[in-house]
Amino acid sequence: MSESIVLNVNGVPYPVAIDQSRNLLSVIRTEIGLTGTKEGCDDCECGACMVLLDGRPVNSCSYLAVQAQGRTITTIEGVLEGDTMHPLQRNLLDEGGVQCGYCTPGMVMSATALLAANPSPSEEEIRIGLSGNLCRCTGYTKIVQAVQRTAAELAEPAAPAEG
Amino acid sequence: MSFTIALTVEEALTALARGARPIAGGSDLVVGARHGKAPLPDHLVAIDRIDSLRTVTVDDGGLAIGAGVSHDTIERHPQIAANWSALADGSALVGSPATRHVGTIGGNICNASPAMDTGAALVVLAATVELASVGGTRLVPIGELWTGPGRTAVRADELCTAVHLPSPPAASGSAYLRLEYRRAMEIAVVGAGAAVTLAPGGTVAAVRVALSAVAPTIVEVDGLPTGDLAAVGEAAAALASEQARPISDVRASDRYRRHAVGVIARRAVLAAARRAGGESIAVPVNRALGIGAAS
Repeated sequence: MSESIVLNVNGVPYPVAIDQSRNLLSVIRTEIGLTGTKEGCDDCECGACMVLLDGRPVNSCSYLAVQAQGRTITTIEGVLEGDTMHPLQRNLLDEGGVQCGYCTPGMVMSATALLAANPSPSEEEIRIGLSGNLCRCTGYTKIVQAVQRTAAELAEPAAPAEG
Repeated sequence: MSFTIALTVEEALTALARGARPIAGGSDLVVGARHGKAPLPDHLVAIDRIDSLRTVTVDDGGLAIGAGVSHDTIERHPQIAANWSALADGSALVGSPATRHVGTIGGNICNASPAMDTGAALVVLAATVELASVGGTRLVPIGELWTGPGRTAVRADELCTAVHLPSPPAASGSAYLRLEYRRAMEIAVVGAGAAVTLAPGGTVAAVRVALSAVAPTIVEVDGLPTGDLAAVGEAAAALASEQARPISDVRASDRYRRHAVGVIARRAVLAAARRAGGESIAVPVNRALGIGAAS
């Protein structure tokens, strides 16, 4: 049965009329039109579909869209600061933590949630924080380094990279 | 399909009495529906906004965990980690941070997977499950909850509302660990939970062991001796392997599971005994001791 609901994505209320069995991922991509969030395994395994729900990571492929009513949804489009990349995104590029890029939005969302809860994580804590995100290109080391670099930058914002 | 959101247990129970099925995080239900394992129910009632299901209470009577409490909350709860450690070990192993955030203890036990990571812990910690319906509430010992893979004694009009665990005796400790091929997004190849109470002098005064992923349900090991710790560990290994009724599937053969569950059961007993002796071993034991991973 179709139902009219409002989803709050990246601070914008989106009214949508959807079948109640639809998952959040498909509604974000095809109804709302934000395609940064990816479908990978569609099985709650790979993390490509990761979004934040009230600031916490959720596999949007396996979460009913109707359950997200009244909650704050953040997608990869929502981490941009205007036209400026989030430090995590910049550091993933600088560290070579991006190859095909398909896992990157999910990685950024998991890392964002991790750093919000734990601003100075150990390497082990970073690996646990990203453990629901699979990457088949880089082998993770550079991704972990990008998160470490971001944590260091956020702890000491007065130290910019090279001019 | 219809979908409603309950804000109180009473609203949820009324919906169940009219034929709705409960959904909390949906991590089993939604994935299962897409796999064709079971279609989404025609009528769903969301129970994830019922505040009274999301509380953890510790008092003289022990621990009460609302059915809607997430694995993430259990994993990080200092009193659960200290006194009901095996449960924290189990919740900390579930899926990934996202899975632990949406996945609940009530959903985990009512999904009744024989490979669940909280079940063996709940058995050795003597948990009781609270089931509510419009007709009233009943308490079921955890060992009587599961009737088969994916099957429980919960009636269609009943909602699991809480899990109760008594306070362990003094000089007690518990642990759950599993054999795993990878550190995250994993399902136990085999698993074992153990609860140990030590006598003065360090011998074992009481011990319980339960096993996951080696039978149609979580099973408790019968006939364990007390006394010398090393001997109890060896007996746990032998009896676990003997009493297991494993299947062969994509993750392991029955022969491998039967052997491995003995190894894991012994390690669980020894880890529980170390905690019983006052040693602080971080949650989950798998990571803290670097054991459990098949390499």
